[in-house]
Amino acid sequence: MTVVVGYVPNQYGEAAIDAGVQEARRRGARLVVVNTSRGDALVDPRFASRSALDALDSRLAGVEHEVRQSVGADVADQVLDVVRDVDAELLVIGLRQRTPVGKMLMGSVAQRLLMEAPCPVLAVKPARMAATHPGRDLR
Amino acid sequence: MDSLSLLLGGLQDALTPINVLYAAVGVLLGTFVGVLPGIGPAMAVALLLPVTYGLGPTQALIMFAGIYYGGMYGGSTTSILLNTPGESSSVMTAIEGNKMAKAGRAAQALATAAIGSFIAGTIGTLLLVFFAPLLANQAVKIGAPSYFAIILLSLVLVTSVLGSSKLRGFISLFIGLTIGLVGLDLSTGQARLILGQLQLADGIDIVVVAVGIFAVGEALWVAAHLRRRPIDVVPVGRPFMGREDWSRSWRPWLRGTALGFPFGAVPAGGAETPTFLSYLVERRLAKNSDEFGKGAIEGVAGPEAANNASAAGTFVPLLALGLPVTATASIILAAMQSYGIQPGPDLLGSQADLVWTLLASLLIGNTLLLVINLPLAPVWARLLQIPRPQLYAGILFFAALGAYAVSQQAFDLLLLLLFGLVGFAIRRFGLPVLPLILGVILGPLMETKMREALDLTDGAVSGLFNEALAIVIYLLIAVVLLAPLVVRRLRGRRGSDRRDADEVMAS
Repeated sequence: MTVVVGYVPNQYGEAAIDAGVQEARRRGARLVVVNTSRGDALVDPRFASRSALDALDSRLAGVEHEVRQSVGADVADQVLDVVRDVDAELLVIGLRQRTPVGKMLMGSVAQRLLMEAPCPVLAVKPARMAATHPGRDLR
Repeated sequence: MDSLSLLLGGLQDALTPINVLYAAVGVLLGTFVGVLPGIGPAMAVALLLPVTYGLGPTQALIMFAGIYYGGMYGGSTTSILLNTPGESSSVMTAIEGNKMAKAGRAAQALATAAIGSFIAGTIGTLLLVFFAPLLANQAVKIGAPSYFAIILLSLVLVTSVLGSSKLRGFISLFIGLTIGLVGLDLSTGQARLILGQLQLADGIDIVVVAVGIFAVGEALWVAAHLRRRPIDVVPVGRPFMGREDWSRSWRPWLRGTALGFPFGAVPAGGAETPTFLSYLVERRLAKNSDEFGKGAIEGVAGPEAANNASAAGTFVPLLALGLPVTATASIILAAMQSYGIQPGPDLLGSQADLVWTLLASLLIGNTLLLVINLPLAPVWARLLQIPRPQLYAGILFFAALGAYAVSQQAFDLLLLLLFGLVGFAIRRFGLPVLPLILGVILGPLMETKMREALDLTDGAVSGLFNEALAIVIYLLIAVVLLAPLVVRRLRGRRGSDRRDADEVMAS
């Protein structure tokens, strides 16, 4: 019984964590948090820093949990690998606004997860949708 | 005072809007490549060489000088924010700078680096204005035998003083000298090392070698190590300094300048030695030396000033003798040669306008650097998020374009790839790049001087030793090569003098 959360250290990731914790409690399941990066840039704001991971850890106190960080060619594949590995019964992801052009150029990790995950996928949004670009508020 | 009025004349020429624009483009590009580790000013200048064929020599040189200064500054940003020095010259900055950033003083560290660079660059350029003509006046009297000896000295110094391994240095140097030999012998017309390829008869263009080694080699190296764990970056605001920071910084700035300039001007070149010395001096002199290792501002201010002052210093031998002592300076020399300008003792006479405009634009570029960099630091930090595949795709595009543009021959692209593989091998086996590039650039010049000297004595070897200066320099070379052996002997007996240095290297 495992719930997997795709985590990014920003409001979308936080929303996913909130929903993930709720689901894990409700189902009495273990929580596995996944955070990945393509690792092809020197700095990646979507890759949680040590201090962010510590904060996450203390926030998840009280829930049976595990945090997995990895670097690989494709972010969606990394998450799907974990989903299959722990035989998850639910995957929780944060969903953000994207323009059609942006999606065409950059692709969409969320879309691939929705289509290819072998389990139900819960896609959540932050309580107040901010208009800003997700990368921008944390640098 | 004569120099000063000439400099003012140069300032007048350099302050035209178009020249200021090129200076601004230069410092922006320079900072850009300085911030990104692995891409340095040498690569940037090499890539831009073909692009500048359309410009006048003055504009091109103004831009290159801006890139050089900008690169020196840009490296410090990466050092401070990431603890990953962008350039070898900012390794020392990383030690204290990154500690400061982690303690929440990134803004002050960046500010002292920027202002220190500005002050050192300005003083260094003024010293250059003073010393270059002086040296050039003396240099006119230097004959071919001494010239040959000086080149030999600078090759030996660069190869044996810098870097960790002499063997690796000399391997790299001889690869470079071999590349420099390819082509027709200048006096007999005999083909050397062309391997039956007629396209090689004209020799190998330095642009192809430099772009291959720096750009393609680095791209292959990065491709081989593409995925790495991202580094935690320290968030940064607008740089500023408090009153205490100023009072603790200004003396290290001046001391760093005093160390950096002479080391840049001596053919032993490079900013590694003076930045290292500056760090040691500041640590020794600091009142609260226990702060060192935990983020002392003096440890950022001194080395940063030293590396910019040494950048200014390297222009002294470049302009007065035609001798480059860093990789970037050697590419700038190649650029000058492609415009038909031969730097050397005659340069200040024959191309006075160009030289004084260049010197003046160094001052302008330096000021622009301060104005641009202080407020833009957060933007530079964001450059680090550029994914490597896209970045290096762009670099490879410009590399191929540049190599092809040299003589519009597809053959050059093959050479480019070949030198890319050489560049990859060099990185793989830890060979230093500088001796190779200097070998390619200075090898042919050294040969010309040697031939001149030998022709005067009808081929008798005594032609190389018939000037007093030449003999002094040969003695110097002997000292440089033998001193480390002697020192090692002595240290073996009574040990721990260099403990300071070892500690720094370890931390």
